[in-house]
Amino acid sequence: MLIEKWLTTFGRYLMLMGRTFSRPERFRMFFKQYVKEMAQLGVNSIGIVLLISFFIGAVICIQMKLNIQSPWMPRWVSGYTTREIMLLEFSSSIMCLILAGKVGSNIASEIGTMRVTQQIDALEIMGVNSASYLILPKIVGMITIMPFLVIFSSAMGIVGAYGTAYIGHVLPPDDLTLGLQHDFKSWFVWMSIIKSLFFAFIISSVPAFFGYTVEGGSVNVGKASTDAVVSSSALILFSDVFLTQLLS
Amino acid sequence: MIEVRNLYKSFEDKDVLKDISTTFEDGKTNLIIGQSGSGKTVLMKNLVGLLEPTKGQVLYDGRDFVGMSKHEKVMMRREMGMIFQSAALFDSMTVLENVMFPLDMFSSMNLKERIHRAQECLDRVNLKDADEKFPGEISGGMQKRVAIARAIALNPKYLFCDEPNSGLDPKTSLVIDGLLQSITKEFNMTTIINTHDMNSVMGIGENIIFIYEGEKAWQGESSQIMGSDNKRLTDFIFASDLLKNMRQIVIENGLHI
Repeated sequence: MLIEKWLTTFGRYLMLMGRTFSRPERFRMFFKQYVKEMAQLGVNSIGIVLLISFFIGAVICIQMKLNIQSPWMPRWVSGYTTREIMLLEFSSSIMCLILAGKVGSNIASEIGTMRVTQQIDALEIMGVNSASYLILPKIVGMITIMPFLVIFSSAMGIVGAYGTAYIGHVLPPDDLTLGLQHDFKSWFVWMSIIKSLFFAFIISSVPAFFGYTVEGGSVNVGKASTDAVVSSSALILFSDVFLTQLLS
Repeated sequence: MIEVRNLYKSFEDKDVLKDISTTFEDGKTNLIIGQSGSGKTVLMKNLVGLLEPTKGQVLYDGRDFVGMSKHEKVMMRREMGMIFQSAALFDSMTVLENVMFPLDMFSSMNLKERIHRAQECLDRVNLKDADEKFPGEISGGMQKRVAIARAIALNPKYLFCDEPNSGLDPKTSLVIDGLLQSITKEFNMTTIINTHDMNSVMGIGENIIFIYEGEKAWQGESSQIMGSDNKRLTDFIFASDLLKNMRQIVIENGLHI
């Protein structure tokens, strides 16, 4: 019964994506929406991404220094592990989980409210493909802006680590620099970006589906918003396992 | 002209519309009336294609809408305008942007022409100095007028209104009714209004279809309602004692409304 329900939901999701990925009726309108969504979903998230990344970078560095580093370990280990954690997991996966909460609930509640207030019906009556008009710019906008968020996050994490060195005097800045530069593989940056592109698609398309298919009133919009965050978070974690295995 | 032939609509085991056949004429305000839950909104949704009929035909000037392909339906919808119960204006857009939206999507006009046309439509519904306001900043009556302006922006042939007076005071309702009737005449549109507002029924009802439990129970003009012997219709229209007594007086004294 549960499997049947999941399969039905997945089928409906695929059908919605089929409608979403159709040629926009007016590229001028699509572009306008695309820029708006990039600003609303991406640019407006930069603040929270930088804030969280700064503190996580600092905390990881402190934890590594206090709990891992010993006389038997090289001096660069704290910087090295901070960089690897930020780059491989935090900036791509964990940051996307955070964004799934912020952006996901925003998308689900916005589209859900449009559904229950008949704004989507109004679009359909005008002959507009509402799925394509509303969802496609969000997906494309999110995919465009996500690599920048990943890079900003990694950079800010490192700034946070330097904060512990220069302000907190947890470790010498030279040791941190040594660790950050040790055995750097540029592929890890690409891996982080590739993973984030998949997650960007999940963060934008799954909440859009929950919002678009909402029925009823404001209570259902709230429920759809929660379901959207839970589902997209679970999907990010699930796909993270496969992507990490695939790209490593 | 819109012709409905033997239309049925069921949801699972429940028959909501049963064998509806009627004609909605050009240049007239066609009203669909009935109690809440009688199937009025379902009928309208079937007419505009938001719901698929279980059986039957909907003909737009002879073109079968139900049998059309998805693409044909999309093209057909560009000839329709609709005013929703809640106005359904786009929250994130200003009044002017809302009215410009159909023009942005489907017209080949340049920006200047689109703005001019949108302002023309807003002037037509007597809405001035509200261009830059958002729907949340204007009253319910103004929202309905913006919805009318948006609906007529592309000069539609068919105009659908789902309870346009819902939530409005009687005076504003009269303004909206007057506007809908004059626009219908001006553009010779086929206008269908879904309502249970008795002022609208008696004021602008040129062709009234009364739906009772999913069936067409009566059809006629507002002038025929007073003397109608259809008990379901008179029970619905003259529901209050005041209206019942007024009807009695009108009939006994041979008066006309």
